[in-house]
Amino acid sequence: MSILIDKNTRVITQGITGKTGAFHTRLCRDYANGKACFVAGVNPSKAGENFEGIPIFGTVREAKQQTGATVSVIYVPPPFAASAIDEAVDAELDLVICITEGVPVRDMIATRNRMRGKKTLLVGPNCPGVITPDEIKIGIMPGHIHKKGRIGVVSRSGTLTYEAVGQLMDLGLGQSTCVGIGGDPVNGLKHVDVMRMFNDDPETDAVIMVGEIGGDDEETCARWVKAYMKKPVVGFIAGVTAPPGKRMGHAGAIISGGKGTATEKLAVMEECGIKVTRNPAEMAALLKSVL
Amino acid sequence: MNVHEYQGKEILRKFGVATPRGVPCFSVAEADSAARQLGGKVWVVKAQIHAGGRGKGGGVKVAKSLQEVHDFASKILGMTLITHQTGPEGRVVRRLLVEEGADIRKELYVGMVVDRGTQRVTLMASSEGGMEIEEVAAKHPEKIHKVAIDPSIGLTDAQADDVARKIGVPEASIAQARKFMHGLYGAFVECDASLAEINPLIITGTGDVLALDAKLNFDSNALFRHPEIVAMRDLDEEDPAEVEASKYDLSYISLGGNIGCLVNGAGLAMATMDTIKLFGAEPANFLDVGGGATTQKVTEAFKLMLKNPAVKGILVNIFGGIMRCDTIAEGVIAAAKEVKLSVPLVVRMRGTNEELGRKALKDSGLPIISADNMADAAKKIVAAVSGKQGRPS
Repeated sequence: MSILIDKNTRVITQGITGKTGAFHTRLCRDYANGKACFVAGVNPSKAGENFEGIPIFGTVREAKQQTGATVSVIYVPPPFAASAIDEAVDAELDLVICITEGVPVRDMIATRNRMRGKKTLLVGPNCPGVITPDEIKIGIMPGHIHKKGRIGVVSRSGTLTYEAVGQLMDLGLGQSTCVGIGGDPVNGLKHVDVMRMFNDDPETDAVIMVGEIGGDDEETCARWVKAYMKKPVVGFIAGVTAPPGKRMGHAGAIISGGKGTATEKLAVMEECGIKVTRNPAEMAALLKSVL
Repeated sequence: MNVHEYQGKEILRKFGVATPRGVPCFSVAEADSAARQLGGKVWVVKAQIHAGGRGKGGGVKVAKSLQEVHDFASKILGMTLITHQTGPEGRVVRRLLVEEGADIRKELYVGMVVDRGTQRVTLMASSEGGMEIEEVAAKHPEKIHKVAIDPSIGLTDAQADDVARKIGVPEASIAQARKFMHGLYGAFVECDASLAEINPLIITGTGDVLALDAKLNFDSNALFRHPEIVAMRDLDEEDPAEVEASKYDLSYISLGGNIGCLVNGAGLAMATMDTIKLFGAEPANFLDVGGGATTQKVTEAFKLMLKNPAVKGILVNIFGGIMRCDTIAEGVIAAAKEVKLSVPLVVRMRGTNEELGRKALKDSGLPIISADNMADAAKKIVAAVSGKQGRPS
């Protein structure tokens, strides 16, 4: 097993013909089982054509009907990203992974509202994607730094996730699934949602949770961990040195009204039994110590 | 993106939010004529800077004669206003708002934010106008009333009236308060605001509901559909280094320390800053070069960091994923040569082709210090800058 995606997942790429979409579709297709997994692209003006052998359909619904795909990944530009999510939700896909960075918050509020009561799960936007190593990667993370194993990784940032994975690899620890939930204030799956899945996954033994300043997702997740998690969790929060009121790169990484500081998050995580480190070079070593 | 109070009020008026009449002024002469044009017996001269706490800092004055308007305007224009939000260096006042005086009977608070938990716009209101809302939240949480607004139907009359009553709007002014809140929500949604604060909202002697102050903040991801708001941007209110950085698609924020950091990815950049602090020093900046760390971007990033005279050393931390470390190393070498780097440089690279990258740095002949991991990199740069061994504090 693994969570969210595995080698049997079939994927539609929304925005397959754009520069970013084309570049990353090639890398995803060439990773592990990618050739079998990436079965369709969507572009209304190029329906009937193909992208290096991957058929292009006019709509997500049609792509789903023709290929049986249940997951989509979105690379379309920010002004159109939310409606691309809407289309995937209307087509009743199981999971949508939105890589696009810079989606207006208002669009995401409307999209998340439309998603209420629907079955589709969303990862992102503004995220690196999801990878189940040696089976499938959906997103922009470098595949080759990962290997199959039993550690789950959930994170709001991209390169900091790769950093955690790199450290795990140095210690010989592979990953079950790595989920980049993204750095936007209004998004899909939160830390707690992914944590639940790792808790239920028999192939995950422990979890690294990487957070950053802003919001209170990490605190919510920590409280859930305290109440229900059966597996060890370690954590790191980026942004101890971040000044209040300044947006640190990610739209969601901002300390506002005195809330969402790294220190506060770390304190709650510790209270909830999560081992935390203030030294990001030690994330994997800390995890190894709790196995 | 932030705008000035007078610009915020201009936007709000378009959506039916009532404000006192006022005129933005860039000179004392303009302030004089604004006061004459507004008429009346009382005026308020308000410094326009992108920071709160202006009143306490001496940037807001009530004038009871045209002469006083003149005197206050002369005093405030050009002054360096220091408030709890400007930092100790303060902000030079370049614009004023001259407004008609208002007969204040009640001061209330109304704000709107995007709440991450409910994923909705939340209306926040309190009877404690004029105070910092964080302070009210800490001392009297029961005095803050929150309403999550359903985006498919918007703020309802019932919600608006209920909140208005809870914060003590007199019955005779409820209809005006309702119109006010609808206007505020309309402006918030239509203009893609990320924060709106009316503090205080006032009830006047005649029962009118007015925005005495207005703070609006806009979602920078949505500015592409608001050229009229982009036109309100005041570069004088922004850090020149941050403005310069944005030209090269670099995400840069000035901080108080002496170690410049150049990192790819926002999370990793924050983690790198944290590691520097952990080993006893302070970062001079946050700098995310993003995914495509090209030679040109890296060079511009070096130039930016070195413009800050406080910078005594630079730490480069790159996780090369799709972007290969050898390519990044070439960028770092070219940049270091172009800017004739004279401060210590520690480079930590991880990921694709890291050995090739390290070799390139070594072979460059430049005095670049290589590091194995983030902690090692932080230790080395702290040591190089302070002349002593960095230790976890």
